[in-house]
Amino acid sequence: MNDLYLVYKNLTRKPLRFFLTLFSIFIAFMIYGTLTAFETARNSSVELSADDRLMTLNKINFTQPLPISYVRKVEGIKGIKAVVHMNWFGGYYQDPSNQVQTFAVDQTKLFDVYGEDMLLPDDQFQAWLKNRQGLIVGRAIAKKNGWKLGDRIPLNSNIFTQKNGSTAWEFDIEGIYTGSSPQIDTNGVYFHYDYFNKTKSFGGDYIGWMGIRTEDPALNERIIKAIDDMFVNSPWETETMPEKVFIKGFLEQLGNISLMINSVVSAAFFIILVIVGFSMALAIQERTNEIGVMKTLGFQSLRIFKMVLGESMLLAFLGGILGLLVANVIADFLAQAPQFPVPDIILKWSIIFNALGLMALLGLVTGIVPAVNALRLNIITALSKR
Amino acid sequence: MTDDSLYDLKNVSKSFVKGKEHIRVFDGLNMSIKRGDFLAIMGPSGSGKTTLLNMLGGVDQPSGGEVWFDGARVDTLSESQLARWRANNVGFIFQFYNLMPMLNAARNVELPLLLTHLSKKQRKKSIETALELVGLSDRAKHMPSEMSGGQQQRVAIARAIVSDPKLLLCDEPTGDLDRQTADEILEMLQLLNREFGKTIIMVTHDPEAAKYAKRTLHLDKGEFVERELVA
Repeated sequence: MNDLYLVYKNLTRKPLRFFLTLFSIFIAFMIYGTLTAFETARNSSVELSADDRLMTLNKINFTQPLPISYVRKVEGIKGIKAVVHMNWFGGYYQDPSNQVQTFAVDQTKLFDVYGEDMLLPDDQFQAWLKNRQGLIVGRAIAKKNGWKLGDRIPLNSNIFTQKNGSTAWEFDIEGIYTGSSPQIDTNGVYFHYDYFNKTKSFGGDYIGWMGIRTEDPALNERIIKAIDDMFVNSPWETETMPEKVFIKGFLEQLGNISLMINSVVSAAFFIILVIVGFSMALAIQERTNEIGVMKTLGFQSLRIFKMVLGESMLLAFLGGILGLLVANVIADFLAQAPQFPVPDIILKWSIIFNALGLMALLGLVTGIVPAVNALRLNIITALSKR
Repeated sequence: MTDDSLYDLKNVSKSFVKGKEHIRVFDGLNMSIKRGDFLAIMGPSGSGKTTLLNMLGGVDQPSGGEVWFDGARVDTLSESQLARWRANNVGFIFQFYNLMPMLNAARNVELPLLLTHLSKKQRKKSIETALELVGLSDRAKHMPSEMSGGQQQRVAIARAIVSDPKLLLCDEPTGDLDRQTADEILEMLQLLNREFGKTIIMVTHDPEAAKYAKRTLHLDKGEFVERELVA
């Protein structure tokens, strides 16, 4: 037996109270872990977007198309390294609820613009280029749907139809790309624009938007102006912006998530603080006599102070770590859900360290008053209370 | 102070303030307790016997005078020094046993040993010896709630003697027990005094219990009258 054993036995002496307080801390840290991981992942898509990448969209909004002829004109602007045009396909696999982020792209330029984020073996890339019906798929979406290299799969569109009336396009999986970091989204699939353009029943020779890579981020401002000036007063005016700005704006359409997350986490912690603080104070008050006995036996006041504080610390860390473990499972689950609107959600070390700091703070705040009371408790007063 | 004297109180006073009232419990109290003594302290409620026991046990300090234990002054010790002194020298036995309800008998007995530097093996041996001495070897794993009052008090005695203190202080040790169990506990205290040389000071209301002591001091209004009893 040692002091830790005593701390543990004191903590668990009333199993229901122990379970309920542990559960409340568990819930608070589960919420904290999950929401913070979500928020971090959400922000990381902004952070991970390269400074030398721009996006050009229709000025009305990003659902409106642009003529494909714009691509050649933009490519001619000085300071631009590569341009890839992309179309949103509105794809799903087998069932409309199983949505797949599907893009029809200029297959020859995709990796010139996004090659830093998307990693694809060269032989697979070459095979994709050669096959008009070739498809490259992200590792996450391949895993989810059980796709392998060489599989021939149909993807339906909930926007477009083929000239023969079918909404299904057939593809051969020629490549499976991975992300250069765990937070790069690998839920997308990409196929040849030519295949799309030739087979769809309407909207030929139009693109959705252009992804642009510049030679230097310092040139961005000038290039943005040059592109948008080029198409001003045309039927399809453009709006060009850094990729970061586009992603941030897109995410903000979901609402002020940060404020919501902070509010939920703060509310959860405040409630937990009250519950655990009250519970600890009550637990120590009930043990006044026992603390008096321990002091009588010769236990130093400081040692008892540490034991009481140790109880609240142990409680906070037990509940908190359990909460983080479950948050990790939830984050993994969400990361596997392709329809989820952010890339891989992971509990980064920074989140874990922050959570550990919060656990220590929670343990300290909820335990300090009972611990000081125990420290100052007079033996005679304590022994008189039964 | 003589060589065989364990405890000496010299001109001890104790007073405290309760509300607006200044209460004087002792004034100029002198007493000497020899090694191996078994002393019963009796007296009406409010006579100061618990206050005296608290002072002898180092859980309360006198307002004036000197308290000597085994040749050293204890009334000048700080709170933490007193805690260490209690751990080394005094075993406490309470009326309501005061066992830790979440610990089994063996763990309760082990508590004072956490204040020593004994190894785990030595602690285990000491616990076994103490429990055997009080006749509860077979109850080592039992929780206090699974034991009778008499058994709990025996565990409390085992806890008091496990670190082999010179002095045992008993505050109404049989106050919560029936006559037969009380006699068993008192016989055990007598055994500890007679066979193991423990000095015992016992506060009690019970004249029958006092008969087990070698002598009895009657305390009244902070002063006592000594009367020899046959053990």
